[in-house]
Amino acid sequence: KTVALHIFFDYLSPRAVNVDLQTDATLQVDISDALSERDKVKFTVHTKSTLPNFKQNEFSVVRQHEEFIWLHDSFVENEEYAGYIIPPAPPKPDFDASREKLQKLGEGEGSMTKEEFTKMKQELEAEYLAIFKKTVAMHEVFLCRVAAHPVLRKDLNFHVFLEYNQDLSVRGKNKKEKLEDFFKNVVKSADGVLVAGVKDVDDFFEHEKTFLLEYHNRVKDSSAKSDRMIRSHKSAADDINRIASTLYTLGTQDSTDLCKFFLKVSELFEKTRKIEARVAADEDLKLADLLKYYLRESQAAKDLLYRRGRALVDYENANKALDKARAKNKDVLQAETTQQVCCQKFEKISESAKQELIDFKTRRVAAFRKNLVELAELELKHAKGNLQLLQSCLGVLKGDT
Amino acid sequence: MSCMRRFCHETQSHDSLHSCMCRRSVALLLLKMSEERDPAALSGSAQTEGEEDLFVSAMESPEAARLSAEDISPSSNGPRDDDPDDPDDLFAEATEEVSLDSPERQPILSDGPSPAITPVTISPRVDVFDRSPDLDEDEEENRDTFDIQISVSDPEKVGDGMNAYMVYKVMTKTSLSIFSRDEVCVKRRFSDFLGLHSKLASKYMHMGYIVPPAPEKSIVGMTKVKVGKEDLSSVEFVEKRRSALERYLLRTVKHPALLKDPDVLQFLESSELPRAVSTQALSGAGILRMVNKAADAVNKMTIKMNESDAWFEEKQQQFENLDVQLRKLHASVESLVCHRKELSVNTASFAKSAAMLGNSEDHTALSRALSQLAEVEEKIDQLHQDQSYADFYLISELLGDYVRLITAVKGVFDQRMKAWAKWQDAQVMLQRKREAEAKLQYASKPDKLQQATDEIREWEGKVQQGERDFEQISKNIRREVGRFEKDRVKDFRVVIIKYLESLVHTQQQLIKYWEAFLPEAKAIA
Repeated sequence: KTVALHIFFDYLSPRAVNVDLQTDATLQVDISDALSERDKVKFTVHTKSTLPNFKQNEFSVVRQHEEFIWLHDSFVENEEYAGYIIPPAPPKPDFDASREKLQKLGEGEGSMTKEEFTKMKQELEAEYLAIFKKTVAMHEVFLCRVAAHPVLRKDLNFHVFLEYNQDLSVRGKNKKEKLEDFFKNVVKSADGVLVAGVKDVDDFFEHEKTFLLEYHNRVKDSSAKSDRMIRSHKSAADDINRIASTLYTLGTQDSTDLCKFFLKVSELFEKTRKIEARVAADEDLKLADLLKYYLRESQAAKDLLYRRGRALVDYENANKALDKARAKNKDVLQAETTQQVCCQKFEKISESAKQELIDFKTRRVAAFRKNLVELAELELKHAKGNLQLLQSCLGVLKGDT
Repeated sequence: MSCMRRFCHETQSHDSLHSCMCRRSVALLLLKMSEERDPAALSGSAQTEGEEDLFVSAMESPEAARLSAEDISPSSNGPRDDDPDDPDDLFAEATEEVSLDSPERQPILSDGPSPAITPVTISPRVDVFDRSPDLDEDEEENRDTFDIQISVSDPEKVGDGMNAYMVYKVMTKTSLSIFSRDEVCVKRRFSDFLGLHSKLASKYMHMGYIVPPAPEKSIVGMTKVKVGKEDLSSVEFVEKRRSALERYLLRTVKHPALLKDPDVLQFLESSELPRAVSTQALSGAGILRMVNKAADAVNKMTIKMNESDAWFEEKQQQFENLDVQLRKLHASVESLVCHRKELSVNTASFAKSAAMLGNSEDHTALSRALSQLAEVEEKIDQLHQDQSYADFYLISELLGDYVRLITAVKGVFDQRMKAWAKWQDAQVMLQRKREAEAKLQYASKPDKLQQATDEIREWEGKVQQGERDFEQISKNIRREVGRFEKDRVKDFRVVIIKYLESLVHTQQQLIKYWEAFLPEAKAIA
């Protein structure tokens, strides 16, 4: 069964997700449309720009997930960008779980009433839609982060990505994602390098190193735990859904005064369960997604520190090599040049890294503030909504006796 | 207490059923006249260990049969089975309350040698007993507040290892005069409750009474307790059981006939109770029960009843539907309880994690906000836990009780079918005997002929009895179902409203917590 969802995202601004970005009229990127087909999602990337490098002021292309990954990896591989926090790649769209559920529902159609089936189908379709919206948002955030970055926004590959209206033929790069996992493991052991390495002369970086290592692990833990919490919440909302259905049937069947009672309570639970589902969805958006995003960003920051660490090691090695060369009085010039290059590279990275890490903190604090405030406001809104429904129903039920 | 066979002016017969009605009405009359009756004298016999008839002190008739709980008395109440060898015939101490006739019947003074005083007719007054309209008008007149409170508390473990068991304190507070004291405390174990139910079921179910089922056994749960695991799950198990036992007793005494049953009174009042070994699953009685259950199931399939009364057909269908839906609902609620418990655990886990995150965050204001978030989530986890207890103890247990109650209701409908079958069988037998007699007419065997004629008379009696029994049980069931439905409406209303109130409380707390958090989040600069 193919499920095709076609959505227009004019209203979905990057601010809907976890980052607080400055709009810049010179380059605005968003995902204006998306189409989900059997095994792929097609994003319509829409650009508005006054920059001279583009042929037009406004244009759109269609891109798939692999092409985003290709772009991200090209940043990572580019030595010029070693001193920047590379915006984390969006996660691969994963509809497998949702599709499986829809399929199971289809198979079990005979075993439930028509109302139940329709209800569950609506539920699952809403879930599918929510996952779909999320994946679109995450791909968009990636593009917006790049567009907002003073250096990365000028990248040629980025411009090709935005403008070239043919397929970028990066299919083979699927392997890249597999390598990505391998790379992650390499980076993990790089933690060892960061940790075991000599204490940094620079207090700022020393502090950042300690901070990021711990922070990253804690965010990972919180992200996992918030996911579990939200899943339980969804399960509970599903149970209330079933309870509401059964109460409805009881209400239609009962021969005593209870029939009206059951129907009223069934109606109430229908409404409260929708609110509970919304609470879980909002928690997911404002809390879980926030944590997931900063898990990826803190990893990107760690990667930066790692690159700087490597550059430092190279610099130190070049120094040692120079000393050796001078002592032996052999290939001194070459050693000097190498040492100069390493020194410059290291200092360039250090300088931009410092600014990047400061910006990272600013972004992080702003994003948490925004999302925590919105989370609290939404929780309040939903709790008040629930309360009002419960109290009015109670009023009716008590009055009836 | 036994009902005696009396000569009744109305029916001109020794119909024990009818006589009960007459006597009761007489008793009520007499009771109204003599309000200063000493309660001790009336209920004194309740103290006896079930050996004597409960009201023997009031009955002066020499006919008063003294029965023990196990005796089979031919003069006992209830649909009579003239076959003394029938092992099912445990009519001892069935009370008079069984036979409620329609209000149209005139109370007629019995002509017996002694005043038929039956103090048992102090009907516990009620708003709990919202009865159906075809009710004995005398009971309606005596309606009072139902004044009995029962609590099951203080579970105590007795013994060690696999022979250990839990003992519960059963406290009864009442002003009803059938009890010997205002306040009684006894110690009972689980098998005592099962024994009580077993006795009541065997006495009353075949008359069409809905006997509240006892809580279920649980080998796993009990083993944990026996083994001495002091963990949360065994504590919860004991609490669940205690609550279930309490509800069981309350439902039992709410039933007007059962309240007066001497077994019930003995259970609530006497300090020593013979150990109910026949409740064990693998005992002789237990195996017999299983065999009977299987036989009943087979019979149910083979009895094809000619239902002449649409009411019964309709009601049976309704209960069937109700059963299906209640089971479904129960399953969903159990799932909700489980998920809410899970949610509570996961929220607590997240709270700890958020606190750690707050600690490692190096921006001061954000760090503080995250710690506050952790605190909010911790409070919320407690809320979820409390809510899950409400989910369970209010709704889930109620539904479980009603699923079992409906099984009891279906049981009485089955009993009616059995009564009908018995009646039909008697008719068939009678026909056969008549045919046999007809044949013997031509065989000129005078003694065999006499025997055949005797047998015909015997079976004519049985057919009559069968019809009466069938009508009686039908009447009883109508009344019982009416009472049951009234109670059901009340129970569900009360519980659901309580439950909604618990949900209201949860939301109010949530609002409080998030309102406290919001300024903290806004303060992040």
